[in-house]
Amino acid sequence: MAEIIQNDGGGKQKGKRRAKKHSTHIDMTPMVDLACLLLTFFILTTAFAKAKVMEIVLPEKAEKTEKAPEVDTARALNVILVGDDKVLWYNGLANPAKPPLPTLHETDFSDDGIRRVLLQRNKEVFTLIAQMNEDVVTGKIEMPRDSIDAKRKKFLREDRKGPVVLIKAGENVKYKNVVDILDEMSITNIALYALVDINDVEKKMVADHLARTTGAE
Amino acid sequence: MGKIKMHKSPPRIDMTPMVDLFFLLLIFFILTATFRAQEAVQVDTPSSVSNKTTPEQHVITISVSKDNVVFFNVDNGIDTSEHLRGNILRAMAYQYQMKFTPAEVKKFEGLASFGLPMDKMKDFINAKDTEERDAMHTGIPMDSTDNQLLYWIRLSRSYYNDFDVALKGDRDADYKTIKKVIDILQDNKVNKFNLTTNLEDVDVTLENL
Repeated sequence: MAEIIQNDGGGKQKGKRRAKKHSTHIDMTPMVDLACLLLTFFILTTAFAKAKVMEIVLPEKAEKTEKAPEVDTARALNVILVGDDKVLWYNGLANPAKPPLPTLHETDFSDDGIRRVLLQRNKEVFTLIAQMNEDVVTGKIEMPRDSIDAKRKKFLREDRKGPVVLIKAGENVKYKNVVDILDEMSITNIALYALVDINDVEKKMVADHLARTTGAE
Repeated sequence: MGKIKMHKSPPRIDMTPMVDLFFLLLIFFILTATFRAQEAVQVDTPSSVSNKTTPEQHVITISVSKDNVVFFNVDNGIDTSEHLRGNILRAMAYQYQMKFTPAEVKKFEGLASFGLPMDKMKDFINAKDTEERDAMHTGIPMDSTDNQLLYWIRLSRSYYNDFDVALKGDRDADYKTIKKVIDILQDNKVNKFNLTTNLEDVDVTLENL
């Protein structure tokens, strides 16, 4: 292994016979081992220490007097989180003045769950962006990384047909589920979504739905 | 010509250059490593597909533990040289009519996140060790009557306007608490912030439809 070899002046062997004949070996193996260990440690820790973040931009808080912006009924997709990884969704808007109330569908956070619902509603924009990404990967079009993201944002801005997703979190919802649903928004490239408070009509709809499903079992 | 000489002793490989290189790399990594300040609470963050990294400085971190205890942390600025924490603590002390000695302010600058009301802050700074400190975290009050979190954010931003806000919630924290924190952020006109998450890979193509 690594060691320092000192040749103790081989030439002069005249007088003192008892002087050391052997060269002094300093065994550096443990030191090198330690250095390797520390090196590995520092390499690994520096590479993985950074946490990732998900950026979210919320609309400015509206003044009480201001009226909430109207959402096109045809585009509205309501997603209600009810805890226990369960998701309820319905199309359009629930308006007690205009019965019948929309039906709630129950799904979950699996790949075939809410993601499928969102993808089907957002097929057009998603296809555009997926196509662009594929073209970049296969080399059909060349563009720097920054402009891919800019282009994606442009597609989202120009979207006029995709769903407007209104995310409503009921009581007892864990934070994980909220992040999950926001994550689904970015996976499926939904252009417009908002975190909204759940209203009383929906609360009643959810309660009815849960009563029905647990009763049926 | 002649026979091939057999080595009698195993050949010695000179490893000096390798060792030199190792030490060089080691020193480089030690010097560049930035140690994360010890967090007062273990937070198990949810995962997302986002791969944006956390900003390094000028970050306000609001952590919410799984027991819905809210913690606040702010860094000291570039290379911890701007003494932002100290200034913010002084401003908070002024707001709540308290006095901190310069030694206490200095000690506070070296501490990490905290989750306790202002009236306990003095005990917190003067506590013996981390163990004693850990027992003190009861959460930063954020009721409408005593909204200290609002002031922590507001006064931090009065010292440095471009703070990034990272919201680090545990996956089992109640959304109700997170919502409250978000509301307070919005009251402070912070409409853009980051949710700290773990990276998770998801591949979706049109075939998944």
